[in-house]
Amino acid sequence: MSALLSVQNVTKRFRGLLAVDNVSLDVAEGEIFAVIGPNGAGKTTLFNVIAGVYRPDQGQVAFAGHRLDGKTPDQVCRAGVGRTFQIVRPFPALSVEDNVVVGALLRHRGLRDAREWAHKILRRLDLFDKRHQPASELTLPDRKRLEVARAIATEPKLLLLDEVMAGLRPTETDRMVAALRRLNQEHGVTILLIEHVMRAVMALASRVMVLHHGAAIAQGRPDEVVRDPAVVQSYLGAEAVG
Amino acid sequence: MIGQMFEGVPARALACGALLLAALLAAPYVVNDYLLTVLIIILYYAYTGQAWNIMMGFAGQLSLGHALYVGLGAYTAAAFYVHFGISPWIGILAAIPIAIAGGAIIGFLAFRFRVGGVYFAILTIAFAEFARVGFDHFNWVGGSSGFFLPVANYAVSDLWNLRGKPMMFYYLILAMTVLAFVICRLLLTSRIGYFWLAIREDEEAARAIGIDTFRYKMYAVILSAGMTSLAGIFFAFFYNNLFPEQVFHISRSIELILAPIIGGVGTLFGPILGAFLLTGLSETMHAILYGFGIDIPGVKQVFYGLCLLFVVIVLPHGVWPWVARVLGIKERRS
Ligand SMILES: Nc1ncnc2c1ncn2[C@@H]1O[C@H](COP(=O)(O)OP(=O)(O)OP(=O)(O)O)[C@@H](O)[C@H]1O
Ligand SMILES: [Mg+2]
Repeated sequence: MSALLSVQNVTKRFRGLLAVDNVSLDVAEGEIFAVIGPNGAGKTTLFNVIAGVYRPDQGQVAFAGHRLDGKTPDQVCRAGVGRTFQIVRPFPALSVEDNVVVGALLRHRGLRDAREWAHKILRRLDLFDKRHQPASELTLPDRKRLEVARAIATEPKLLLLDEVMAGLRPTETDRMVAALRRLNQEHGVTILLIEHVMRAVMALASRVMVLHHGAAIAQGRPDEVVRDPAVVQSYLGAEAVG
Repeated sequence: MIGQMFEGVPARALACGALLLAALLAAPYVVNDYLLTVLIIILYYAYTGQAWNIMMGFAGQLSLGHALYVGLGAYTAAAFYVHFGISPWIGILAAIPIAIAGGAIIGFLAFRFRVGGVYFAILTIAFAEFARVGFDHFNWVGGSSGFFLPVANYAVSDLWNLRGKPMMFYYLILAMTVLAFVICRLLLTSRIGYFWLAIREDEEAARAIGIDTFRYKMYAVILSAGMTSLAGIFFAFFYNNLFPEQVFHISRSIELILAPIIGGVGTLFGPILGAFLLTGLSETMHAILYGFGIDIPGVKQVFYGLCLLFVVIVLPHGVWPWVARVLGIKERRS
């Protein structure tokens, strides 16, 4: 399998602070890859570099053989990379349905087409019954789902998910895991996710990278990584594994 | 397109709309000259409010300098007519591009260099002010002492040269208002409209789903400026005189945005309702005061202020969403 996403020696600084420190990773087509690490490790910053929000100070990002760094966020999305925001950003005054329709309109120019596609996604993420509510009235778990739905609506080849399980109850987490797995298996969407919920990481990811103070301290299969002494010490620590 | 126009519109809303349109079509045969003039002013504000609403209500870009586009349209068409005897219908072909150029320059500067929110609004004011000062010294169109269109008593209305009785102007502005409403409805129910709303709601999220926000904000400014310039042409040929001090003044820009704010920013019917409420009520009040022999200067402005205050506090989303709820005709997506 060829690498769909290739991050090479990416560094990103905020003034003095080294948020991402010489990080490299390759995500193969069809893979689910997880990035974990303690708060402030630089996970979201790494995502923002990939998504075109920040230009890396050093290093390169390539997607399907094309350079991604230097592109704007909308160009990155049009190239086939969808993303969610850790702090959700729905379009509050629009209905749940219209939130997803806007995303669907990227590749379905007709409104009827877009709405049909949006309905499919809403069903898949258990939001169909709430489609007429304004997004501002949703509960946090539903907003997380909407965030994912809107990103999927743009029909990405690669989906960047930033802590979409945070704040979900275990049963809801399982439903999200199932939805993501289906997306991956049936629709071939490659997924790069940031996640604190280890249960979801273990269930989904084929490979995991651990960030700490901006640097990658471990990378490998989930079961290997959680046993890595450096990872246990810096991140998992007292937290229960699994 | 006709399908898109009426899709999802409740029957009751259609009936209300048809009733209103019929009443407006019949009005000149019922009302006196004074009321006809009031109706013309109402429709003028409904039209300009609709045009402004594209920028603010749809795309979320606050312009406080729309007098610029009115002025550019007005002066261009008037100059063509006065100096070369060219019909305003031809003058449109110059007026629209000039207004669009003005809007595009502002838009380009602001959106390219990420000038947003309050700073964008200030930029729009600044350009209107530049134009005011510039036209004060632009002697070809009269400079600060004003630019005048020849007035004569026309027995028959000359639509080609926009010379004629109020009734002709009334039907003209009514047609413009209806057209603007139709255009806005079609825009709001298509891809571009959805993209505008997304930008209005959260620009960063809009970018993340692939929307080229620069381009769509430019479309909004260009469309809004072009439509507003037509109101300027109407203004010039209806009033027959133009003074930079008045045409480009910030108070003109403010007046233009009151109707949609009172009626409901981002709604299709808000600008129309707002224009009726504002002008209708202020003229009624004026008539009553006049009847008692009271004439207070500035009373209209104070009245506008009070209306605005009332709406901002009691109905912050405007009067129309509330009226629509009462009538049982909800406009989707406020
Ligand atoms: N825009 C910014 N300006 C300045 N510093 C920033 C900015 N964004 C992030 N940082 C800093 O960079 C570091 C990495 O932040 P980042 O948000 O990437 O961490 P994270 O791994 O996503 O953490 P969390 O698990 O809490 O979401 C932190 O120290 C943070 O304070
Ligand atoms: Mg984060």
